[in-house]
Amino acid sequence: MSETIPAGSVGVVTPQIAKCDTPFAFTNGAALSSHELVYETYGELNSAGDNAVLICHALSGSHHAAGFHAGDDRRAGWWDLAIGPGKPIDTERLFVVCSNNLGCCDGSSGPNTINPDTGKPWGGQFPQPQVQDWVRSQKWLAEHLGISRWAAVMGGSLGGMQALQWAIDFPDWVEHCVALAAAPGLTAQNIAFNEIARHAILSDPDWYEGDYLAAGALPTRGVALARMVGHLTYMSADGMSDRFGRELREGSFTPNDNAEWVFQVESYLRHQGSRFSTQFDANTYVLMTRALDLFDLAGEHGGDLTAALSNAQAKFLVASFSSDWRFPPQRSIEIRDALMAAGKSVTYANIETDNGHDGFLLPNSHYEQLLSEWMRRVGPS
Amino acid sequence: MTRLDLNTVLDWITPGSRVLDLGCGDGAFLARLRDERDTTGVGVDIDPDNLIASVSKGLDVIQEDINDGLHCFSTNGFDVVVLAHALQELTHPHIALQRMVDIGDEAVVSFPNFGHWLCRLHLGLKGRMPMSRAMPRQWYDTPNIHFCTVKDFESLCSELDIDIIERATIAGPAQHLLGRWLPNVFASSAIYRIRRAGT
Repeated sequence: MSETIPAGSVGVVTPQIAKCDTPFAFTNGAALSSHELVYETYGELNSAGDNAVLICHALSGSHHAAGFHAGDDRRAGWWDLAIGPGKPIDTERLFVVCSNNLGCCDGSSGPNTINPDTGKPWGGQFPQPQVQDWVRSQKWLAEHLGISRWAAVMGGSLGGMQALQWAIDFPDWVEHCVALAAAPGLTAQNIAFNEIARHAILSDPDWYEGDYLAAGALPTRGVALARMVGHLTYMSADGMSDRFGRELREGSFTPNDNAEWVFQVESYLRHQGSRFSTQFDANTYVLMTRALDLFDLAGEHGGDLTAALSNAQAKFLVASFSSDWRFPPQRSIEIRDALMAAGKSVTYANIETDNGHDGFLLPNSHYEQLLSEWMRRVGPS
Repeated sequence: MTRLDLNTVLDWITPGSRVLDLGCGDGAFLARLRDERDTTGVGVDIDPDNLIASVSKGLDVIQEDINDGLHCFSTNGFDVVVLAHALQELTHPHIALQRMVDIGDEAVVSFPNFGHWLCRLHLGLKGRMPMSRAMPRQWYDTPNIHFCTVKDFESLCSELDIDIIERATIAGPAQHLLGRWLPNVFASSAIYRIRRAGT
């Protein structure tokens, strides 16, 4: 496998588990007596402890942000584009941490792990986390790892929103904050798409009120449909036209041909949905979309985003992607303008791309150069 | 701006000022201000390569079109707002000027003088829109859509209740004094330090 690891990769990485034996209280009042967080690190923490960077993942992301897992050399971590030796988040200089959010399904305590009180999977009984809960649980993880301040907290989409929440909730912990393709809160349209996704899952006969694991079932049809709807909102119309056009995957338009035809875009969406439906936990999808819906950066300040950001001490990079219609550039501009009104140091770019909301995950020379140049100010010089 | 323009502007900036540079290009001027005048500040540019060049100098930059992006800066948010050789490219120069003196305690504006004798000669004798090394583009294919003369600019400032604090003119070496005496004819470009009247 080592022969297949490309240059600039962090190589083979092994996830680690941090076990927290002190109770964790959620914002909604629920509590866990103990919990686990799975995480990965890349690079080395220096002796001064001033080179640690926290990566926050998006809705369906995980702690596996870069490199390869042993035995799986096909799919690199979700942000391998940006993390590695010589890459924008340079692991030769920086110590990078990425953890799976509490309530997710990739190894941290969540609906698909065992509830120690019952000995059964949590299922639908796992508490509803909110973004500020994830921030507090990551702060515990940081202290567990001997980190007392982040040189940067960064992420895209939900991860970007979490990075902003960090800068607000623990201002003296966050030196730099990077929010890509983010928003200060969801619009009615965003919430509507999330509701369609949840409705697909909740109306699957294999849902069993969230206790499908105990019933020996998986609501794969619902999760697949949820993913298809979600995935659609991550792509732009132009990007889809370029990639799929009206090309057929199977069959033809020939008259009298009774064979059913399948458009390339149909085949792609079905594949995405089906692959996701066996890999991602349905309860987690419901919890994550609800956490997104509840996210409101200015909520505790009566909708005043400038007031919400006024205590932050971080220097900010805010970037949007021109064809993103899930969290369009205007949403990033709201964040940018509030930061400027609050007198914060901020750089803003709107990256020209057809990649839609997924733009923060995909190659683009302006995006990569910008991130690379901006990241030079992060960590010891 | 040429090096000479930059030196003039540099002298007008109080050390430690907070500067907004509209159309900051590759950030060279803002970086020089930061290094020589200990300023803090923000650049604005629409071009992604300029943005990256400015970021690589450690500057804060906002990617925005200065034609419609000035509303995002708070009133009185800066000590100085700089607009170097871009006034003639703006869709509504008068609105931008008003906004600039609201955003900054002072503004510094430079532009090529369309009243320069070579322009007059070109228009008067040839009957064609002037073209030169400084203005190399044809009239139908130029970003310079709002040329003005020194007199035009000063009259606009007066209409907009904008005070001129200082003026510097740039002229060829042989016309240096003429440029000061008769700027509308002999200055190839002009730089103004302005502020809202009564402040």
